[in-house]
Amino acid sequence: MNESVPNLPWWKDATLRPAIAACLTLSAAVGVFGFSFGVGSVAAGSTVLQTCALSLLVFTGASQFSAVSVIGAGGSIGSALGGALLLAARNGVYGLAMSRRLDGGLGRKLLAAQLTIDETTAMAVAQPDRRSQQVAFWVTGVALYAFWNIGTLIGALTGSAIDPKTFGLDAAFPAGFIAMVWPLFSDPRARKAAAIGGVICLVTVPFTPIGVPILLSVFGVLVGLQKPVDAPKLEVAS
Amino acid sequence: MTWTLIILLTLGAYAFKVTGLVFLGGRSLPPIFERCLALIPAAVVTALVMKDTFTNGQELVLDARALGIAVAGIAAWRKAPLIVVIVLGAVVTALVRQI
Repeated sequence: MNESVPNLPWWKDATLRPAIAACLTLSAAVGVFGFSFGVGSVAAGSTVLQTCALSLLVFTGASQFSAVSVIGAGGSIGSALGGALLLAARNGVYGLAMSRRLDGGLGRKLLAAQLTIDETTAMAVAQPDRRSQQVAFWVTGVALYAFWNIGTLIGALTGSAIDPKTFGLDAAFPAGFIAMVWPLFSDPRARKAAAIGGVICLVTVPFTPIGVPILLSVFGVLVGLQKPVDAPKLEVAS
Repeated sequence: MTWTLIILLTLGAYAFKVTGLVFLGGRSLPPIFERCLALIPAAVVTALVMKDTFTNGQELVLDARALGIAVAGIAAWRKAPLIVVIVLGAVVTALVRQI
């Protein structure tokens, strides 16, 4: 990749175009996820308004899916919140990585914080210089926010118009989760953490309150206590 | 879903984002901590797959969803696009229910 040209506005800078195209493509693809969130959320008993509020305000996919899934199964607010916040914690690590790369005052950083998620961080850190990192972050952030919320709205309207069980839409969540988690399995430690998390969940389901097995599955991350063979690096790919 | 949960989750999720980006700034966490945080999605999302496929409340069940999710898993393994994975999972589950 070439260095960007600093004195051109970013939309005129030809060296940035491939990166911008990649950011927009990814954002459109995530809109599909937003659609499945919308469908699944109303299928799990949320209203269209609540579903859209989750995507507009929470804006971190895995946490939204998790909260709706636990509440839909009959879990308490506490267990739904706990599981969702465990999944939101990694955005804090992304924030650390992004604060080294983003310029601007407090107001701009507070706005950037809402957009600091898997995809924006991954697209930004993949760029070769500071300027294109910032362009990639903001383009992905704004486009993804738009696609995620439009996808959610269309999904929620679709989900409330049909009977979810007839179309197997209750399976849309776990299928989406599988698609979300599969790319992580290229890392052997992630496979181990996943196996432990999955087994803990199934073993504890019969005798703990609904939603608690999701909280307990976090013990799978203790795999990370062991030092890796190669140098540790921050994982941002999702 | 309740509005209480939506508000608490909004505040909590934003708190994590803002802590990393604004309050802690460019500092880095101990590597062992970063390694464990990076593994949360693998552990927790896999648990969500198990819960949404094999349970009904506090009961372990084996029903149409198992086959649907197995097919979705194969599609994900074959690197099928996201929409294909989700549609296959839903359609296979719906078809098995018809039988």
